[in-house]
Amino acid sequence: MTKYISLTINHFILSIGLLVMIVPIWIIFASSTHSSLFINTNGLQFFLGDNFIENYSRVLFKQSGFFNEITALKMFFNSFVMATGIATLSVVTSLMAAYGLVYFKVKYATVIFWLIFITLLVPLELRIMPSYIVMSKLNLVNTFAGLILPISASAIATFFFRQFYKSIPDELLEAAKLDGTNSLRFFIDFLIPLSKTMIAAVFIFMFVFGYNQYLWPLIMTTSEQYWTVVMGLKTMYGSISDRFAFVIMSMIPPVIIIIFLQKLFIQGIFQNK
Amino acid sequence: MSFLELQNITKIYPNGTKAVNETSLNIENGEFVVFVGPSGCGKSTLLRMIAGLEDITNGEISLDGNIINQIDPSERDVAMVFQNYALYPHMSVFNNMAYGLKNRGISKEEINNKVNDVAKLLEIDQLLTRKPSMLSGGQRQRVAMGRAIVRNPKIFLFDEPLSNLDAKLRNQMRLEIKRLQRQMGVTSIFVTHDQTEAMTLGDRIVVINNGVVEQVGTPKEIYSKPNTKFVAEFIGSPQMNLFNCKIENGIAHIADMKINLNNSTNIGDATLGIRPDDILISDNGKHSCVANLVEYLGSDMIIYSKIGDQEFSCKLSSKINLNAGDTFKFEISGTSVHLFDNTTGSRV
Repeated sequence: MTKYISLTINHFILSIGLLVMIVPIWIIFASSTHSSLFINTNGLQFFLGDNFIENYSRVLFKQSGFFNEITALKMFFNSFVMATGIATLSVVTSLMAAYGLVYFKVKYATVIFWLIFITLLVPLELRIMPSYIVMSKLNLVNTFAGLILPISASAIATFFFRQFYKSIPDELLEAAKLDGTNSLRFFIDFLIPLSKTMIAAVFIFMFVFGYNQYLWPLIMTTSEQYWTVVMGLKTMYGSISDRFAFVIMSMIPPVIIIIFLQKLFIQGIFQNK
Repeated sequence: MSFLELQNITKIYPNGTKAVNETSLNIENGEFVVFVGPSGCGKSTLLRMIAGLEDITNGEISLDGNIINQIDPSERDVAMVFQNYALYPHMSVFNNMAYGLKNRGISKEEINNKVNDVAKLLEIDQLLTRKPSMLSGGQRQRVAMGRAIVRNPKIFLFDEPLSNLDAKLRNQMRLEIKRLQRQMGVTSIFVTHDQTEAMTLGDRIVVINNGVVEQVGTPKEIYSKPNTKFVAEFIGSPQMNLFNCKIENGIAHIADMKINLNNSTNIGDATLGIRPDDILISDNGKHSCVANLVEYLGSDMIIYSKIGDQEFSCKLSSKINLNAGDTFKFEISGTSVHLFDNTTGSRV
């Protein structure tokens, strides 16, 4: 009996948490399917309207921005390129950095690692001017490379991979050595497949991090052609239902990534091997 | 020239620890040699130096006529079975075994044939598609051996491969390793701290203590004629009894007990060793003692007792009726004892 009571209480609490998270999103979604006029007169809506296709297709293809040079679709494309680029490069650089730090007898490897680690204390906002100057001297303003490169090395990801590599028993490397592997092959044949789940976790973190960038793309782009979704959210001067539709759509890419990599992601975070 | 020669091998770790000291050893082709010693004696280090996983501070190792000190482990043509097997967790059993062959550029067809043959030999051909995490301890052990065998190396190195198995499986695998080694005739070195494993497996045993080889010999030689006190104590179960004694004119004095050695030795500070099963219990025995503790082992039993303040044990058939607290009579023959000079620690 007490078991059922505690079970009921647990579910009650969980349901409240769920509602707190879901309801606002639902309200935005429901409202985005009504016409602006309707919302302006009747307030936020809890039930679906019948303007879904009309609103969403208008938002996707409407020329917007100060100079009407960009569509929401293009913004999604830009955000996707930027986030994927940042996530991919972060994974690659931190995998390799951790490999170097753990497996090669680098002198002062620990010092180097902590130097990498304390860059966490220097957020992008703090180095945004020097980063911009470097990028502009390299002629990378208004390019994807300019958007991606300065934020594509991650200390925290390096830290994750380093800790993971340190937990791999030395015998594995030794057995592989006797089996005739070399440094590059060991990296490709062993470390990458073994850290598959970690890679997925880091990829998701960095994808969301890249997707959420606001200040950096704002500074790095003068052409509306390179606007990202998050910048677009700020400058979306449409009607209220258009804005709601855009907000809903802006959430989709990270959600898709998480759905696809969820299984690996959870293993990656909780693996204790 | 021997197949594998170690000449004055010394290993000093960066922190100054001397793990192996001036060790020389010759191993013939096809021989099964066991390195045995307590943990931390340097036996694994020696093995790892042969494999190339550990730098050699001093000395020379030659394999099949070539000095291999500077040769990369992958080029030495040695295969090793590790204590925790070190199977590749993300690869199937087949790929675990095939990996070394792939790296050597062997054709796919040949790899297939070789892996299948070895898998059959080890009776793991049903498991080829499984991952190591889906295997039992004994199966992992077999895969680890298969990985070594399939490469057809010049030398097998075993680094305490049986220590993670339960007792029954350990005996079974021990026999199997012996059988496979005989069958293939590949030179093998087996490291263990278990003297039973050493005695049963080795054609020759190398007893190592503190980085120094104490004795090299066949199991029989090592058991019947231990060179040093350490070897005497280490090999044999239950342990050899060692008594501190004084020897005058061929008579050993242990407390008030006298044992006639039938010679004319004189040593002031000696150790007399006698194996527990060499103590003969009989009603006509010259000496008598009280059994403090009796351990029943089934067919045998072990009696713990004391001469003066020195403890000793004797092993006898459990058919004899003897309980703790009983007095028993025994005899020690002067020909079955081992004498060691305490100043040098070596056999007299």
